[in-house]
Amino acid sequence: MRRLLTRVILLAALLLLLAPAVASAAAGKAEPIVIVADSRSFSGLRAWLSNLYNESLWYFMLAAVFIIPTLGIVLGKFTGFLLARLGINLKSRVLAEH
Amino acid sequence: MDWLYLLMPISGVQIFWPGLIILGLGVGIIGGFFGMGGGWMVTPGLNILGFPMAFAIGTDISHMAGNSLISTMRHAKFGNVDYRLGLIMTIGTITGFETGAQMIMWLERIGKVDTTVRFCYLVLLSLITWLVFADVAKKMRKEREARASGKPLDALSTGIEWHKTFHRIKIPPVIHFKKAGIRCSAWLPIAVSFFTGWLAGILGIGGGLIRMPALIYLIGCPTHVAVGTDLFEVVISALYGCASYTLKGRTELLAAVIMLMGASVGAQIGSIATKYVKGYGIRVFFGLAVIGCAVSIAFKLIAAVEPALKTFFDTAAAVLILFLVAALSLVIFMKFLRGVREELAVTPKR
Repeated sequence: MRRLLTRVILLAALLLLLAPAVASAAAGKAEPIVIVADSRSFSGLRAWLSNLYNESLWYFMLAAVFIIPTLGIVLGKFTGFLLARLGINLKSRVLAEH
Repeated sequence: MDWLYLLMPISGVQIFWPGLIILGLGVGIIGGFFGMGGGWMVTPGLNILGFPMAFAIGTDISHMAGNSLISTMRHAKFGNVDYRLGLIMTIGTITGFETGAQMIMWLERIGKVDTTVRFCYLVLLSLITWLVFADVAKKMRKEREARASGKPLDALSTGIEWHKTFHRIKIPPVIHFKKAGIRCSAWLPIAVSFFTGWLAGILGIGGGLIRMPALIYLIGCPTHVAVGTDLFEVVISALYGCASYTLKGRTELLAAVIMLMGASVGAQIGSIATKYVKGYGIRVFFGLAVIGCAVSIAFKLIAAVEPALKTFFDTAAAVLILFLVAALSLVIFMKFLRGVREELAVTPKR
């Protein structure tokens, strides 16, 4: 009985994962408009970004997915350090009521 | 004053870059306090600054990933993040979101997408507003009754308690979520997150606005844990959205980085401010934010239905959102300042 229940649950989980695929069967495909960044007037960081964008959207995506969280962690730690210097307790709070 | 404007390398638009920092700061404060990404505030804000809508959405989602990561890190230190609950809900959120997004394609093919989506959004926001304020009213009634009878009210009691009914459904596996302090079937958070993800996919939003009250009222999380856990989920879904929109070529990475400068300060302020505000205080503020959002959506609906009044109501919707961001950020910042002052007054100097 327990094994049957486990199989039913796994099947339900599989159906849940297949839901987007089933829904996508009803959708039509649309081609996105291609944008080309004009890198001629840029230098430094902006030139690098626009050239990377034009060369490969995959590399641009990888750069975005790496840069944003890394910068988030660095800036978060830095601002946390500055606020801790003010004397605020940043490690605990009173236990929550609702 | 040319130095105040920066030509964006991908979208090719001139942007007032201090506006990006201010927007990031405001949304960071609000997001860190309420536990949401704030897409419904940032996207119109970026559109007003000059970004085309597709870039506004992609840039917003990318910045949201970094912004919510900062808030999550802070809330984790306070013990507000239930990682197990967040990870389980991510499964439902992503599958629900993709299902909703595909349904939008179908609505688009039959030409009914804009009005239908806005109307659904309005109904949903009205429901959330009613839920929040009905809960507050019920809790206040319980407090009055407790005072009248002379018995103290349990600090963990709530107004609306729908989650208790759902917790009784014990379909295995039953999991104990330690930080949230709840024990329920794993299918409850999966089902709730699939539903909220589906709504988010249909409405084209990050989902924090829906997931936060769902965590509180359907799953039974304490408010602070709902805020932190929701932010953890926003990190995952926003990173996924960042990858998706960047692959479509609609992310202005430089703008997202500039916004993150402001958001890094705002997210800390908003997250720390939750230390100084009771759970029900956060819920009331959240309800007010939802009302503002609903009115803005109603303006956009009127603009779509009455072409003669389109310009007026489109402008009114954008102005209302920006006013809401400014007003809410200011109120939360004042709570932060007062709380810090009181904390430093009682803390012995080292």
